[in-house]
Parts: sequence; structure tokens; C-alpha cells
Amino acid sequence: MSGATTLAVFAKRDCPTCELVVPVMRALAARDPAFKVYSQDDPGFPDQLDGVVDDRELGAAFRHKIEIVPTLIRFDNGVEVARTEGWDTTEWRRVTGIADLGAGMPALRPGCGSKSVEPGLAEYLQVRFGDPGIQARKVAFGPYDDEVEVCFERGWSDGLPLVPPTDVRVLRMLAGTTRQSGEVLGLIPPNLAPCTVEKAAINAVMAGCKPEYLPVVLAAIEAALEPVFTLHGLLATTYFSSPIIIVNGPVAKRIGMNAGLNALGQGNRANATIGRALQLIVRNVGGGRPGEMDRATLGGPGKYTFCFAEDESDPGWQPLSVARGFAPGVSTVTLFQGEGVQGFVDQKSRAPEQLARSLAMGLNAIGHPKIALSQRAILVLSPEHYAIFAQAGWDRQRIEQAIDAATVRPGAELIAGAHGVGEGMPAAMAGQSVPKFHPDGLLIVRAGGPAGLFSAILPGWIAGRHHLELQPVTKEIKS
Amino acid sequence: MSSMSIASSMSTESRTTSMRWMRDPTPETSPLKRARLAPPPSLAGLTVGLFDIGKTRTKEFLDRVEMRLREREIRTIRVGKPTNAKVATPENLQNIAATADVVLIALSD
Repeated sequence: MSGATTLAVFAKRDCPTCELVVPVMRALAARDPAFKVYSQDDPGFPDQLDGVVDDRELGAAFRHKIEIVPTLIRFDNGVEVARTEGWDTTEWRRVTGIADLGAGMPALRPGCGSKSVEPGLAEYLQVRFGDPGIQARKVAFGPYDDEVEVCFERGWSDGLPLVPPTDVRVLRMLAGTTRQSGEVLGLIPPNLAPCTVEKAAINAVMAGCKPEYLPVVLAAIEAALEPVFTLHGLLATTYFSSPIIIVNGPVAKRIGMNAGLNALGQGNRANATIGRALQLIVRNVGGGRPGEMDRATLGGPGKYTFCFAEDESDPGWQPLSVARGFAPGVSTVTLFQGEGVQGFVDQKSRAPEQLARSLAMGLNAIGHPKIALSQRAILVLSPEHYAIFAQAGWDRQRIEQAIDAATVRPGAELIAGAHGVGEGMPAAMAGQSVPKFHPDGLLIVRAGGPAGLFSAILPGWIAGRHHLELQPVTKEIKS
Repeated sequence: MSSMSIASSMSTESRTTSMRWMRDPTPETSPLKRARLAPPPSLAGLTVGLFDIGKTRTKEFLDRVEMRLREREIRTIRVGKPTNAKVATPENLQNIAATADVVLIALSD
């Protein structure tokens, strides 16, 4: 073997094939003092062999992209020219150029997985020994600082602890999408700052998202940035509203979202963190903070997070996404400018006409009972309420029409001053019949647990009187 | 060593020997070094907390500052911690936050 040619084996003690080839490694070491064994789990393996390199931190394995041990590599002038994995007598003889190497050994033994490809290690190694490729600047902190406290001090938090966005976590999050990390999704109000996929991923990390949630977060950002969603105004309003995210399609089950018991409540990671990620992006990328551009008089708990999936288990029900023009089976997010939750109770109506009238009474109360044509609303129909409609053969359109019709009231009851209440509609409407909503104002979604003759009303932003300039937005979730 | 223990040993090492960092979630339009809060344009109507850090003769210095402030009809309160050898406790800080609008921390040796 020439001086410019060297051989190296990557191995670990916890690998029967590596143990098997110890005599071969000894033979190679005896022939060439430059021969090296990169030992992944024990620098004493193989015992008493010169040329063992301690690779427990796996830097060499990472640099040489080792996937199997043992791996034998031949270098000429430091450049790899041949490699083989596992034990294959013919291959080892080819790589080493030694015709009788391993005489008496079995012809073939598969190797084991390299420690460098064990689950969870790839990103650590990429950060430690490679270039993570993250563009966002580093925010350094001291060796004994609590990183969660650093996040609070930096003003990144919504008031709850954040997951610190370390390089490893950001890399793992970015693996959740096929999109380029530098792609700009749009300009986030109020500061109209560009939001890249990477910035979205950093905030998704902080929100507690898993990487597989990232495509949902990205779609939610894109929906929020549609001009007709009016994110700037929604952020700045004195009213209670903020984005509510409804997820439709197969992605909801795939990432474990909750459309059932307590669907609008706490306890499901995907529901909780996807909604939170969007809020954090508005806060941290857009600069939208309460007391600054966010002028909410009271706000509401939905401004931490409000995201849930629709229950699509009944094939007779047309999902919200389909009602909004997307094909069945397409995963979507629908963003709604709303607040929540206004509970609705009706434990006695058993006929669909009764229940529609009853729901209309609840819906007429949103905002103010005497204000009409100024808000949209989402009606979250629980399974028991939905069953009353479904058993009568009512579909989405029929339910919507019946509720809409039942909201109509004489204008004389709604005008300012009527019933001794100052609030109300203009006096000119006294002779009209007034529905609560414009024709596109009521969105019905199915969710909830199996028991309870309750539904939920999520009132929309009161600025909905400009209903054509301000609309919910549905976007397809892509990878 | 399991993958988790390797990961954890890396984390421990970086904690003790290397710079630690996170990635900035903001659009990076402001400097990393955070600006100090701007002082109020005037002390009129505000309460100034005079914070004694516990070093020798700080009291004499703060007495003089307090005299000057009172000549200008500015309200003062005296706060502090018993020794400069220890950091302010949460009680110290909460007391100041609840009672003073502005704090002057003085050192005099």
C-alpha cells in the first residue's frame, strides 16, 4: 500500500459484526501504522489496538456520512475512493487490495446501524459538526441563564412559557415542510415585516408545535395574510376578536387534532400550539403586542390560541372546507375573525324546526341582541344537536337556511331606543324584516363530544358590517 | 451510550464550556442589545425611590440626594437591601415596583 493510501474502519463494540471483524482490523493495523478504527461507543474497542480514534461524539461518522458499522473506507491522499459496509469478504479484499484478507471468515455478515443515524441525533450532529443553514441571528445568553426566562425577558412570550428556539429544535421543525426555509410567506402586520418559513418555524418551536404541524401553521399564516382577512385591523381592534383556525381534511387525524370531546378547550397539543404559533408570529414577526398596536378593551382567552378540527366522521355531513369550495379529502385551514365561546343550551327541542328557531335565538344574542347585519358567527354543532337535524334528513344548506330565516325579526324591535335600550339599528329600519346575518354570515361546523345537548357560538368581529371587505379565508394545507 | 444520553451529554458540554444561543423569532429590525428604558421627561408628580445597595456611607449620599429632591418638591421614598453582598430579593423588587415610579440606585464608598 502506498504512503498516500490509508484505510479506516468505523465500528462500535455493540455490534456483533464489528466484533467478528476484530481479527481483520488487527491484521490491517499490523500492516499499516496509519490504519484507524473510529470507535463509536467505546474508545477501548478493539482492545489494545493502536489507531483507535474515540468517535463517541460521532463527528467523524457525521463527516463521512456513516450509516452502517462496520464501514471500511479507503482514502487516497485523504480523498475517499472506496467503501464497503458490513462484512463482505470479497468487498473488503477489493477495498483493501489484500487478496487473502479474512481467510477463514464467513463470506458475508450484515452490519449494524451506525450510532450517528440513531433517531434524534441527526440534528444534533448537523448543528455540532455541520452547517445548520439557519439564517436568523443568534441571541446569546449566559451559561447559567434559564433559557425560558431569557425568552420572557426578550418579550417573545404571550405570557406563558415558550420552548426555547435552539438550532436543533429549529432544524427539526423545518424538516416538517418541504418548503425552502428562506421563502417569504408575506408581510406580517402591523410592522409589515417579512415572515420567512424559517421565522415561522422558530415561532412554531416556541409555541410548542411538532414539526408535522408546520404545514398547518404555514397555511394559517398565508390565510391570515389574504387582504380580505384584514389581519391588521383584527389585531388593532378594541373588540374581542382574533384569528380562529378550523382545520379540515385528513391532516387533522394525521397530526392528532381534536374535533371531539372538549374540542374547543385545552389538552390537545396540535389544537393548542398551532393556534398559539399564529399568535406568536403576529406578536414577534409583526410586532403586534397588547397595549401597543393591539388595542383590545378586554381581549379574550382566544387570543392565546384558538384552533380546532371539524368532526368529519359523518359521511352525510358536508365539511366546512367543501362548503367553501374545496374538494373532499383536501386538507384546509379556515381562518375566522372571532371570539369564543358563547355556550348554547337547548335540551328540549326535538324537532329540527324547533332547534333551528332555538339556535337563531342564541345567534341573535351575539354582540348585542338589537344589533344585526354587523357580525358573522360560527355555529359549532355538537353531535347531539346535529343528530336532531341529521335524523330528519336535514343537510348543511337546509340547516343554514332554517336558522337564517328564524333570525329575522321586525325592525321595530331592533331600532335604537326600542325596549328602552339605546343600542339598536337605525330608525329607518323600523318597517323592515331584519335577519341577523348577511347571506354569507353564518358558518356551521361540527365538533364536540358525544353527550350534551349544547352547541357553541363563536361570534365574529363586530366590524363585519363591512362584510364584503372582511371575510373568512380558507387555504389548502400543502406540504 | 444511548442516543438520548449522547444528546444530553452534548447539551451539558455546551452549557458549561460554550456560548449558548437561541434563534431570533423577530424580523431583526432592532438591535440585539436591548435599549434601556428612556428616563421620564420630568420628575414632577412622580415618586423617586432611593435605593441603598447596602454599601458603607451610601446612606449619607442618599440623604443629600433626598434633600435636593425635596427642595424641588419631588416625593421620595427610601428603599434598599441590607447588604451589597447579596442581590435584591423579589420582596425588595416588588416593594420598589409597587411604591416608586423611578429608582435611583446609588453607590458611595
